[in-house]
Amino acid sequence: MNIAKQCRKYNLDLWQCPQFLFLVLGIVIIVSSITIYFIGIHYSQDPEIVAFIVLMISGFLIIISYSIIKSFEKLAEVARMKSEFVGIVSHQIGAPLSNLKWAVDLLISGKIDQVSEKQTAYLQILRENSRRMEDMISDLLIVSKIETDNLPFKVEKASFVELVRSLISRSQPLINASNIEIKLEVEDDLPEIVFDFQKVEQAADNILNNAIRYIGEADMPKETGNIVPKETGNIVPKETGNIGETNVSSEADNIKSKGKIKVILRREANFLCLEVKDNGIGIPEDDQKYIFQKFFRASNASKIQAQGSGLGLYIAKSIIEKSGGKIYFVSKEDQGSTFVFTLPVE
Amino acid sequence: MKKILFIEDESALQKTFGDVLTKEGFKMISAIDGEVGLRLASSEKPDLIILDLVLPKLHGLEVLKGLKGNDETRNIPVIILTNMGDMENIEKALELGATTYMIKADYTLEDVVTKIKNAMAA
Repeated sequence: MNIAKQCRKYNLDLWQCPQFLFLVLGIVIIVSSITIYFIGIHYSQDPEIVAFIVLMISGFLIIISYSIIKSFEKLAEVARMKSEFVGIVSHQIGAPLSNLKWAVDLLISGKIDQVSEKQTAYLQILRENSRRMEDMISDLLIVSKIETDNLPFKVEKASFVELVRSLISRSQPLINASNIEIKLEVEDDLPEIVFDFQKVEQAADNILNNAIRYIGEADMPKETGNIVPKETGNIVPKETGNIGETNVSSEADNIKSKGKIKVILRREANFLCLEVKDNGIGIPEDDQKYIFQKFFRASNASKIQAQGSGLGLYIAKSIIEKSGGKIYFVSKEDQGSTFVFTLPVE
Repeated sequence: MKKILFIEDESALQKTFGDVLTKEGFKMISAIDGEVGLRLASSEKPDLIILDLVLPKLHGLEVLKGLKGNDETRNIPVIILTNMGDMENIEKALELGATTYMIKADYTLEDVVTKIKNAMAA
């Protein structure tokens, strides 16, 4: 534990740094307790002296405690200002970006003038990159709202199954373009649940999108029966019978190098579980404990996919936990990952 | 020819929408702030209003309140087109009578034009 380094990291003076003040507090409490004990033994006939020393030490401790509280207030204020700043900047960047995106849309549409194939290709690059920036800004805004506890949830009764089906359907062009075979297994008679459709859709989209983008060339991992949650929780999903299977891929089967994703929807006690299993690059063992941290990207992910903010899983985790569910994963480098999240049925 | 009032302080957007809506066969009238927007809504009686929220002089929600509080403009459908995506603004705008609430980042130009056409047809 390097206290000076910690204090420098938060840009705080030593006497405003909680770690340092706690250390001082601890030493003062231990030393003063021992001192008072010995003074008490020697001056037991003169209790005023002991009382005076206790008073002095208590006063000193109160001053230090006050400093600690003030420094925490300062840290909290800095965190709040940072999130507010991100929010304001995101809005300010969002406006010119929309102008840019729509101007490019208009040019591509050919309504203003004829656009050559070559020009269209460059305009597509502009459109794609403004879309990326928009996604990044949108993620930053959500993170800013999560951190200020200001992310509103609007719950309604809806079909989680339909959410997943439509998500896969919308992702189909990217799935086809990436030569991925995707299978959806849905347990019969899954009930509608009460949740924030848009937020959970974003969480599921982030997980499915990761599976698509980080697909590898290994074979599908063998069915292991049970998945031991890596993150938290005591729900141990297992393969169940009574499942209606749909192959939603339009690509040919049995290509060894083909990426494969399996999406399973089932009920586990009072939870609906969404499991997304891929044969992608997996997450290196050393990186697994950081995978839900914001801005973190696994070392192998950055190598194969330059794009990515490292916010997707952080956002997914925040949304699922705020919805009363849990999120966890198992992963092995070069073999694939399985991400699972749950949502309460009632 | 149907008239659309576009209340938006971004001149780049006015230009883009001016071009696209004209191509689609509409007449577009522009207002650069909330006060001008309210005035033009009364004098021009457009068939549809597209309204931004963050506007100079008068906030978009105040403009919407003014439009819905005026007998002459009450029945004109209003599409909110903004970067503000927080629930508070969405709920308030719909409560005040906006037909549709669109967050700029979520839509392509084509989507917006389709929504405009649908709102005009309704």
